[in-house]
Amino acid sequence: MNTKTHWIPLCGKDDLIPGSGVCALVDNRQIALFYLPEDDQVYAIDNHDPIGGANVMSRGIVGSVGDEPVVASPLYKQHFSLVDGRCLEDDEVRLATWQVSLDDELLLIDPTPR
Amino acid sequence: MNKTKLILIGNGMVGHQFLQSLAESGESARFDVTVFCEEPRLAYDRVHLSEYFAGKSAEDLAMGQPAQYAEWGFNVLLNEKAVAIDRNRQLVTSDKGTELPYDRIVLATGSYPFVPPVPGHEREHCLVYRTIEDLESIKTSAANGKTGVVVGGGLLGLEAAKALRDLGLETHVVEFAPRLMAVQLDDAGGKVLRDKIEELGVRVHTGKNTQQIVDGDNAVHRMEFADGESLETDLILFSAGIRPRDELARSAGLEIGERGGIVIDNDCLTSDKHIFAIGECALWNGRIFGLVAPGYSMAKVAVAQLLGEDSQFLGADMSTKLKLMGVDVASIGDAHGHSAGSRSYTYLDENHGVYKKIVVDDGGKQLLGAILVGDAEDYGTLLQYALNGIELPEFPDSLILPQRGGDAKPALGVSALPESAQICSCHDVTKGAICQAIESGCSDVAGVKTATKAGTGCGGCAALLTNVVNHELEARGVAVSKDICEHFPYTRQELYHLVRVDQIKSFDELLHKHGKGKGCDICKPTVGSILASCWNEYVLKKPHVGLQDTNDTFLANMQKDGTYSVVPRVAGGEITPDKLIVLGQVAKKYNLYTKITGGQRVDLFGARLEQLPLIWQELVDAGFETGHAYGKSVRTVKSCVGSTWCRYGVDDSVGLAIDIENRYKGLRAPHKLKFAVSGCTRECAEAQSKDVGIIATENGWNLYLCGNGGMKPRHADLFATDLDRDTLIRYIDRFLMFYIKTGDRLQRTSVWMDNLEGGLDYLRQVVIEDSLGIGGELEAQMQQVIGTYECEWKKTLEDPEALKRFRPFVNADATDDNVVFVMERDQIRPASPAEKAAGKAEPIKLVS
Repeated sequence: MNTKTHWIPLCGKDDLIPGSGVCALVDNRQIALFYLPEDDQVYAIDNHDPIGGANVMSRGIVGSVGDEPVVASPLYKQHFSLVDGRCLEDDEVRLATWQVSLDDELLLIDPTPR
Repeated sequence: MNKTKLILIGNGMVGHQFLQSLAESGESARFDVTVFCEEPRLAYDRVHLSEYFAGKSAEDLAMGQPAQYAEWGFNVLLNEKAVAIDRNRQLVTSDKGTELPYDRIVLATGSYPFVPPVPGHEREHCLVYRTIEDLESIKTSAANGKTGVVVGGGLLGLEAAKALRDLGLETHVVEFAPRLMAVQLDDAGGKVLRDKIEELGVRVHTGKNTQQIVDGDNAVHRMEFADGESLETDLILFSAGIRPRDELARSAGLEIGERGGIVIDNDCLTSDKHIFAIGECALWNGRIFGLVAPGYSMAKVAVAQLLGEDSQFLGADMSTKLKLMGVDVASIGDAHGHSAGSRSYTYLDENHGVYKKIVVDDGGKQLLGAILVGDAEDYGTLLQYALNGIELPEFPDSLILPQRGGDAKPALGVSALPESAQICSCHDVTKGAICQAIESGCSDVAGVKTATKAGTGCGGCAALLTNVVNHELEARGVAVSKDICEHFPYTRQELYHLVRVDQIKSFDELLHKHGKGKGCDICKPTVGSILASCWNEYVLKKPHVGLQDTNDTFLANMQKDGTYSVVPRVAGGEITPDKLIVLGQVAKKYNLYTKITGGQRVDLFGARLEQLPLIWQELVDAGFETGHAYGKSVRTVKSCVGSTWCRYGVDDSVGLAIDIENRYKGLRAPHKLKFAVSGCTRECAEAQSKDVGIIATENGWNLYLCGNGGMKPRHADLFATDLDRDTLIRYIDRFLMFYIKTGDRLQRTSVWMDNLEGGLDYLRQVVIEDSLGIGGELEAQMQQVIGTYECEWKKTLEDPEALKRFRPFVNADATDDNVVFVMERDQIRPASPAEKAAGKAEPIKLVS
């Protein structure tokens, strides 16, 4: 299952900000992209903060809880896993996540959420 | 159900405590409470009366608040004195003719100052020191005089002497006994205290028996003493002890002691079982208790008795610790060694003016008493030894001898304290009560303070309280961690030192050397702030950008809908009409909601991410700078219009405010910092509610520190008076840098200071006396920050890389369709979810 035929290019690697987030628009849906250079990993999760009700997740601070990479909402500071989108403070809440991959200097995304 | 008609006579500190205890019992609805208060104001803090002359107002000293009493449902008759109790008809009559029936009475009539019946004592400008009205008379009288004498060298007398000195009088203390504070101190202790007080410019005359007061030759009075000497003075203040106010009880036929005082039993009941007496008017076991803590205990007993609970007053420990004119004095238990077979150890350091003495029993196992002058740091430990009969260490003198390397002082293990040990004497909180608070969920000192009030009175028990709490938490297997978060095993202060000492310039470097994991939303902004405080590099420089909260990243304040507000700096609140017009034009062009802030500037709301650089380009072009409203940093310096325009102003508050704002603008700190400058004591700029408040006086500037508004408002403390401008700035430099170095994350200056061991006095030592020898270093570090200031917005607009961050999407030229507004009072506001769903909201107007 390593075919990426339906994946689409999103942006260049230099559009990403190391250790921080930016936002992309895919099929009218806002997706927050976080680039963690120490793991050379990019994570993609929903930009909509369901608790604050605003499109702001890409403007949160990234970090880790234990070994899990997370982002804190800039509005009310809940932590969301960058891996599976779940809210660490509220079991009921989970953000959509997408598969992305750095292909040389280009970021590709599977436009169907996981 | 019929309510019990309860009358409280007297609304002093003890009367207030009674009402508070009753209200907090949750049973006050069972009573119909009326309070007679002969003074024109509700209860206030008489213990700190002398601070009235050091800048505190009657409001600062107030304990009872009308709104609070009303909420509690108590009816207070101000300015109305109860003059008769008819015990047969159960009626109380007032001086205004009010007649009220009662079921129970609580007498809390307090005491009056004793004035020795010396001929001439009733002359004009012979005053006493008890009420705020007395203070007003003293002030009026002092205004026309040069010299003041306090008769009485006891605890209250020395407090009164401080008041006279604060009023600028040449001050003398005249004492009948051969030494100061004869009850609490011995000769050696009295001498050390006397030397220290005389160093402060107060003349002390002991062993003086005043025979008469007559007209003076060069002053209003001449006091003539039994030894043939005399002293001329313009004002005489009697503070020679107190006498119980028992006249009402006496005329009602209640049992009165031979030398005065309303006789009470262990239930605090008088000879009439419908009537209680509490506080300084009450005589228990032949004793009057002239301190506030025993009065509070009686108040609590009276409440318990009224509710039918079993609680008794069984005497009180009269140990005291206080600061007289800046000199620490403490006395514990049998300070004079009256107990049979007792022995004492003493330590005297005439060079620094320190005297310590402990009295032990004949076996050398128990501490019976102690005296401390000049250094009372050991008070808490010694008191616990004495009160709880804890066995002394092998060499008891090691408890008071100074440590100079070598063996450390034997520490009092808090585990040795019994459950009944009183930790906080102001609020009578025992170790047991603290353990209970921890059992019911408190997990730190702050929580225990809130739950029990321990440590919230005089604060003298703070160190002991922290020890007990941490010890009990550890005993329960709770790790007491002061680490900032899971990524760094350090406090903010320790991180600050690591950054300074290792010259660390980036978060990654610090994490690599001293932390683990990837960091988080706690440690990243903290380290970002420390780096900015130390090196003042542009916050959006590559290595720092991911550290900042969104507000710092986009140099604006995020609002609930994800848009931002914009606040340009308006130093001191002074703005030209042209600049004001620019703000209006920009707000209109970008359709921004506009509001005036409490910090005397203008806040523009509803800017989308991509609009921020456009808006700021126009503002920077018009000469505006960023206002740092988004940062944990210096915000505004509010000012009144000052002497330039105001009829009452005594100095140029606006000019100073602008200079100060420009000096400290952009300074990053553990929390936001607010300043204000008032041009006279009318205080229109509300400087006393700020971290740094400055008020002009005839002789310079008064500096107030560590106040704040917000969730838990706190008045600032008067730090130094009549400063010239250079000294003022130097003190502020040192204060701010010391706070930045040692403050905890998100700790306002008030909490920071309260947590400094030694509080305000310690801060004075560090800032004014430079006791740590770091004054020059602090000033240099401040100069480095000031010298490297640049407007973050101006810098951002010049940096294409930084501007890329303001694109809403990396792959599309669109705007966030979730940001929609509706109109209200002719301006925009964010649409509610319901309004969005109903499609009522206006589509956003795009501005190119």
